[in-house]
Amino acid sequence: MRRPDATAIAIGVGLIALLLGYLLPSAFGNVPQLVELRTTILAMAVTLAAVATLVAIFSLVSVHWRKLRARRNPDRYSAFTLLAFVITFVAGIAAYTLRLYIPEYQQIVVNAIQVPIEASLMAVLAVTLTLAAFRIFQRRQGLLAVVFVVSVLLFLLLNSGVTAILEPILPEDFLGPVLGIVQILPVAGGRGILLGIALGSIMAGLRVLFGAERPYSG
Amino acid sequence: MNWMQPVLGLLLILGSAGMLFAFALPQRTRSRVVNRPIRAFQRLRRAIGLAVEDGTRLHVSIGQASIVSPNNASALVGLSTIERVGQLSSVSDRPPVVTSGDGTLAILSQDTLRAAYRLANNSELYSPLQVRLAGPTPFSYIAGTLPVIYDERVSAHILVGNFGPEVALLADAADTEDSFMLAASDAIAAQAVLYASATESLIGEELFALPAYLQAGATHLASLRAQDVLRWLVIGALLIGSILAFLGLV
Repeated sequence: MRRPDATAIAIGVGLIALLLGYLLPSAFGNVPQLVELRTTILAMAVTLAAVATLVAIFSLVSVHWRKLRARRNPDRYSAFTLLAFVITFVAGIAAYTLRLYIPEYQQIVVNAIQVPIEASLMAVLAVTLTLAAFRIFQRRQGLLAVVFVVSVLLFLLLNSGVTAILEPILPEDFLGPVLGIVQILPVAGGRGILLGIALGSIMAGLRVLFGAERPYSG
Repeated sequence: MNWMQPVLGLLLILGSAGMLFAFALPQRTRSRVVNRPIRAFQRLRRAIGLAVEDGTRLHVSIGQASIVSPNNASALVGLSTIERVGQLSSVSDRPPVVTSGDGTLAILSQDTLRAAYRLANNSELYSPLQVRLAGPTPFSYIAGTLPVIYDERVSAHILVGNFGPEVALLADAADTEDSFMLAASDAIAAQAVLYASATESLIGEELFALPAYLQAGATHLASLRAQDVLRWLVIGALLIGSILAFLGLV
């Protein structure tokens, strides 16, 4: 049994934030008090989210600490994570408390550590995706897989600029309209998918708003 | 026209809420509703059963959308999935592990999993260390999740939430470990790469059907039916709008 008071608070805050704070003022004129109430609730949520992130990071640290100290197969790489965390955390606190904040220093750290690592992962991702494209028919059969692969190849070709070669050969005012129609296809498909997701989002939000789904223990 | 948008929004929400209530009424839920068979869900249920039987882990990853961001609906579905997976695997020797890329999601995941264990009368099996913030940025999230796939004897992965195209690295790792992966995202780019790389992937709004197919409750089934009605309404509106535009009336 979940606590009804937690559910009541969640429903109440949801209704205030959504109906009173957004939809009703927009429809029937702005009521500054309601908008202010909604802004306050959202500001509290953002602050809570920041605190939750800090709690989650300490939870992550405790996971790595346990993995490092495990009797069977201790994870030595966790030491690097912990070391990096301690350095970053202490440096951040020291910089703030001692007022040593230097924007260029932060930029250097990001450019020297984070960007190269992410660029490397991006390169690995490019190779992984190429391999996945080659192996797609091992995983998927049927018309949808064929359409997927043909679409990928077609749009890779079209976006590579190869159509410029065809321009002198084909009749004037032919290529432009044809390409225009072809380029609409992915936009239409994307919008269709997004409409479905929007409808699903509405229903998911309503389930939480009415307490039918409670992503909290209470 | 400005006043029309919120009024339409309000009508859409009230109409959807009405349908949700109507379809969730006991006499409605008792009427035989058959969900269309989706191969990915059938394989997922089998994978969950096998994981419980052979003592391997299940891994649920719910993406990196903040709960205070507009694209958090997929994360809500992820949280429902965690609850259901927690209940289904509560008799397993190895409890499921949950990863996410956002602090609030990590805390909510802990709370949801704890509730699932409590509802299954297995509170003592819950450990907060089962739920982890893998990393707060897209690539650190992926880098933090990879060790779970490689090192924690996971036989089935469920990825439900907001991901970027980098999620293909997780799908590739699961493939290398020969483990099952069902992946669903609300981001179009991620859907495309997951279609090519994951064992099973869900496209579009199929993501929102996941808890219903895991038998999470009558409300989920009711919302699926309401979604179907809304979909037909949107299709009708689009067709009528196109015809009116073609005739030059709008």
